[in-house]
Amino acid sequence: MIHDFTYLKPGTLQEALSMLSDHKDECKIICGGQSLLIVMRQGLLVTDYLIDIKGLKELSYITYDEKEGFKIGATTTHRMIETSGLIKQRFPVLIAVEKRLASIQVRNWGTVGGNLAHGDSSGDLAPTLIALGARIKLASSKGSRVVPLEEFYTGLFETALGKDELVVEVQVPPARPGRATAYEKFNLIRNDQAIVGVAAAVTLEKGGACKEARVVLSNAGVTPIRAKSAEMVLIGKKLADALLLKAGEAAAGDADPVSDIHASEEYRRHLIKVLTKRIVRQAWEQATHL
Amino acid sequence: MEKRLLKLKVNGQEYELYITPKTLLVEVIRDHIGLTGTKRGCETVSCGACTVMIDDMAVKSCSILAVQAEGRHITTVEGLERNGRLAPIQKAFLDHGSYQCGFCTPGMLISCEALLKENPTPTKEEIREGIEGNICRCTGYNSIVRAVEAVAKGDYREEGT
Repeated sequence: MIHDFTYLKPGTLQEALSMLSDHKDECKIICGGQSLLIVMRQGLLVTDYLIDIKGLKELSYITYDEKEGFKIGATTTHRMIETSGLIKQRFPVLIAVEKRLASIQVRNWGTVGGNLAHGDSSGDLAPTLIALGARIKLASSKGSRVVPLEEFYTGLFETALGKDELVVEVQVPPARPGRATAYEKFNLIRNDQAIVGVAAAVTLEKGGACKEARVVLSNAGVTPIRAKSAEMVLIGKKLADALLLKAGEAAAGDADPVSDIHASEEYRRHLIKVLTKRIVRQAWEQATHL
Repeated sequence: MEKRLLKLKVNGQEYELYITPKTLLVEVIRDHIGLTGTKRGCETVSCGACTVMIDDMAVKSCSILAVQAEGRHITTVEGLERNGRLAPIQKAFLDHGSYQCGFCTPGMLISCEALLKENPTPTKEEIREGIEGNICRCTGYNSIVRAVEAVAKGDYREEGT
């Protein structure tokens, strides 16, 4: 049962920021609402004011620059990302992630800004974007700031957003030579939420050893988790079964998963061990063929 | 809570409604306008029985505030027919037995229609992906896929077009 609220519809970003600044604690931003309305319908979230930014076309864009990389506006829908030729060319992993995200209906209306701002640690985009070194731009009526995405998540459904701030853009640095990224989640029905998920970005030196690695876990804690121990295992080494096994074990150790109706903590750790092996191998082999 | 005026265009027709802002699109379509083809299936944005089109995009009407649909073109299952004649996808569903209880059918038809609008010649895999957001408990999906394939093949092209 959704609780009543006063509905505000700003015509521009500036108007939205001004409304946010006026109402701070008493308001919530809605864009596609594909995550927000679910929690509102369950009565888990109550707000006096709802500020609807779905209509802000000025925040709906995907641009690419060789030096700066991608800039994706917050009200860009998942479907726009999924069907972007630009993104397919440079970060096909993002297309693969989107294709496995919820359903076409949700992707048609839901947005990347809303997805990231919601702060669900079982989301697919955040871990993948963190593996790609993404940054997130936050704006208020006082100005804007850019935060590394991995520092954006501070707790269970909690982000670094100030009371008067909203997400305006996601920035993804340009593709790096020798780097490939992969993501996969474990679930029972395809496109369901991750029971656990692993994103891996592997950069190889010319000799084939791992120069850099990022391993980011989904639904393994209250926020997306960078499995830094797993990363340390890989750096400087060449691909080997034993290495991947060790990385998987390290990732399982970095994780802090819950037990819930979908899986026990023990099973989640096991899944992380196996998935990390698989996804790191997948990214590594892709990087080899670059 | 104060009600506000909302103008919605559904199946080509303008409606003036008086609603609280928290009203969902599915509520407006079914309870205020009276188009009960669109169903409430799960209330958790999982099943797709509430699927309608907004500007040719399939969306779940249980997960959209009615106010967000203002100024857009909404199509429900009732809007698929043209001048009393069933749309090709509807005829195909009849011919291929792509329904049993019929509860998922309105949403399924909309998803199939939206898929064909975007991709008139989908592969089997693309059809299955296109209806991923719609759950059917009866048919096992194969008859639905066959119906979409039949339309894609041109089996329901109008005479003389």
